[in-house]
Amino acid sequence: MDADVTVDARGLQCPMPVIKVSQAIKGMESGQTVAIVATDRGALSDIPAWARDMGHSLKEQFDKDNEYHFVIEKT
Amino acid sequence: MTTLDQSPEAEVQAEDETPTAEKMVLVAASGDLDKAWPVMILATTAAAYGMDVTVFFTFWGLSILKRPDAGITGDDWRQRMMSAFSGGSTDGLKLSKLNFGGLGAKFMQDLADEKNVASVQELLELAQDMGVKLWPCGMTMDLMGLEESDLIPGLDTPAGAGSAISLMKEASINLFI
Repeated sequence: MDADVTVDARGLQCPMPVIKVSQAIKGMESGQTVAIVATDRGALSDIPAWARDMGHSLKEQFDKDNEYHFVIEKT
Repeated sequence: MTTLDQSPEAEVQAEDETPTAEKMVLVAASGDLDKAWPVMILATTAAAYGMDVTVFFTFWGLSILKRPDAGITGDDWRQRMMSAFSGGSTDGLKLSKLNFGGLGAKFMQDLADEKNVASVQELLELAQDMGVKLWPCGMTMDLMGLEESDLIPGLDTPAGAGSAISLMKEASINLFI
């Protein structure tokens, strides 16, 4: 799935992945998507929780080679 | 006047802005590194949640806001003595346990660097960029002999317990750390 914006949060620890995504989404239009990849274990629950609480939709989530991938659509 | 509310500008504004962002208030009462860190982590994360965040710094929490070059502060000998031994600025914060004269704090900072954990200083700057309000407590500044010029720039005007309570009454998250 091709996203409009990509956030590479690999190597960053809590709380930076959530903060990077929030900053990216701020500059996006409604309906656009952002793909995030992170390695912080906390991100696995933090990013879906953030997306849900902010009313954005988590379109995709998978793990690959110890990296956590997410695609979020801005509401 | 009701006509004010019905002006086109008011309508546009109401549509554009989130009417009332949820509020979070943190009271940072400790100058320990291991307390300052979670304060700044929670403040930046709540800002990422679109919350209206205020951190109220009181007593030793003011150490976090001290300028690195503030030196020994205060006029009274007791204030100066406290300042000399309390450390200050984000670089000089101590661990609440296992500090070993600053060695423990240094180990913790080094580990954080190695593991790419954002430092208190980085989070503090990020918090300011994200619009987190940083309020030094006016009374404790006076008690400890701290001037606004001893603190980092970009802070809000020193405030008191009344302002803190007024905000906390409206906030959905209030934490004393």
